This record gives sequence, structure tokens and C-alpha cells, in this order.
Amino acid sequence: MNKLVSSFTAAPLPQGAVARVSLAAPVARLVLRARGDLAALNAALGVTLPSVVGHRAGAGEIEVLCLGPDEWMLHLPPGQVGAVSASCAALMGSHPHSLVDVSGREVTLEIDGPRAAELLTLGCARDVEAIPVGQGRRTAFDNVTVILWRDGPAAFRLDVWNSFAPHVAGLLETGCRELAAEAA
Amino acid sequence: MLLIHCPYCDETLPEVEFTYAGQAHVVRAADPASQSDEEWENFLYIRSNPKGPHYERWRHLHGCGRFFNAVRDTISDRFLTTYKAGAPRPELSSLLGDRT
Repeated sequence: MNKLVSSFTAAPLPQGAVARVSLAAPVARLVLRARGDLAALNAALGVTLPSVVGHRAGAGEIEVLCLGPDEWMLHLPPGQVGAVSASCAALMGSHPHSLVDVSGREVTLEIDGPRAAELLTLGCARDVEAIPVGQGRRTAFDNVTVILWRDGPAAFRLDVWNSFAPHVAGLLETGCRELAAEAA
Repeated sequence: MLLIHCPYCDETLPEVEFTYAGQAHVVRAADPASQSDEEWENFLYIRSNPKGPHYERWRHLHGCGRFFNAVRDTISDRFLTTYKAGAPRPELSSLLGDRT
């Protein structure tokens, strides 16, 4: 398993009254690519893979987001990676697929507060408010590919690649200051 | 900004999530060895440059990552339709029907 390495140090992240940004605890991340009948993989993972792009599923501590017609992002506790990888690897002969550990690739920024959705419009051209609560999307934030999870009406998670995280965090900080200045 | 409908995500999304990927329906010969130099040149380099509806490929790069096909009017930049890769080329008359 890759180490949970991050070049991104969470220097002062903005903590405005109307929108806050914080660094989420490290989590193991797996990218799954598979086609055809997914029943065997569902059984191995212990979760039913959603088939609609943007939909999420969860079971226990595993969280799955459908990124594309044959692509899923899995978040799970680091301790479970070995077991999940092994049970999927056992299917490789009968059901070819790709399961890649990308834990060390990205960090998650948690964004919440009453104007969190508005803060995200700073870099996100897509209509953030239109993403239903409990779903997620891969999208672009100021031209950086990010995965946006919507956990509540005003609670988001943003998965950003390590090397882009300082840029994205800096932009969010500017946005938080602007929103704070408006509120003052 | 253009708004493009992704046939895989079934959402209409801003252009910045997409990249252009050239003319659509350019098919590689089933038997490459049988191709003459002129036919290879035609396959590799020669592209149409229409003024009007153009069949072209796009990729939902910052999204589902899929390539798909679109018909875009090169004068107005209006997308007449988008459809999944591998789907048959839609007839132009059916796309323009409501506009003539």
C-alpha cells in the first residue's frame, strides 16, 4: 500500500464565519475500473457499486462514488485496504478489473458553512447548488480536476491532488476573506 | 461559455469540463497493409472544415472522462446534438428539421 504521504501542509486554512475550510483526516483511496457484470465485485467489496455517474453508495466504513460509466472512487479506512484488495484480486481471473491504490495522491478539504456553495463558485463553473445532497461529481475547480462530494446542503468535501492543493487552498482562502468582508 | 450535454453523465455542463478532440467518424482501415500512401494521408491528415454543422469528438475530461460525439454548427457554435461514441451518425435533416 502506498504511504499516506502528502506534500501539502495544512498551513493556516481559512475559518470565516460564513464558510470554513479544513483538512480532512487521511483516508485510503482506491480507484476501481470494471465493466460487465459487477455482481462478483459487489460481493467482494461488500457494497453495491452505483451505476449512475455521480451517485454514491456506502456500507460500513466504505464509501463509493461513481465517477464514470466504468470508474469508481472508493474511500475506506487505511486498515481495510489489504482485505479489500485481496478479495478483489481473487476475482481477477474470472472478472478482469483494475483496482489502484491512490491514497497518497490527493488530500481532502472539507468546506462547510452557510455560504459554502457560494464559496465554491469561485472556481467551479458548474452549478454547485444543483448537485443533490448525498451525491458527488468529478469536476474542475479553477482548471484543476477535483472530486466534489456533497454531504449536506452546506457541507462539501473537495478531493484535490497534492500538487494542486496549495493553489486550491489559497484560492479558497481568498474567497473566505471576501465573504467575511461582505458579512462584516 | 458553451454549455455541452454529456451523453454519459446526462447533464448539461460548462465547456471548461470538456476538451475538443477533432473530427468524428474517422475510421482506421480494417486492413492497414492494403492502404496506399494517398489513403493513409487522407486518414491521418485530411479533415473536413465545414462552414455549418460539423461532426466532432469531445471528451468530458474533468468529469466522467468519456469521449463522445457531437454535431456543432461552426457558424453559431450551437450544439445540435451529442451522442455516445459508437452510436450511429445522426442524420443532419433530422437535426435541422425544427429550424427550417
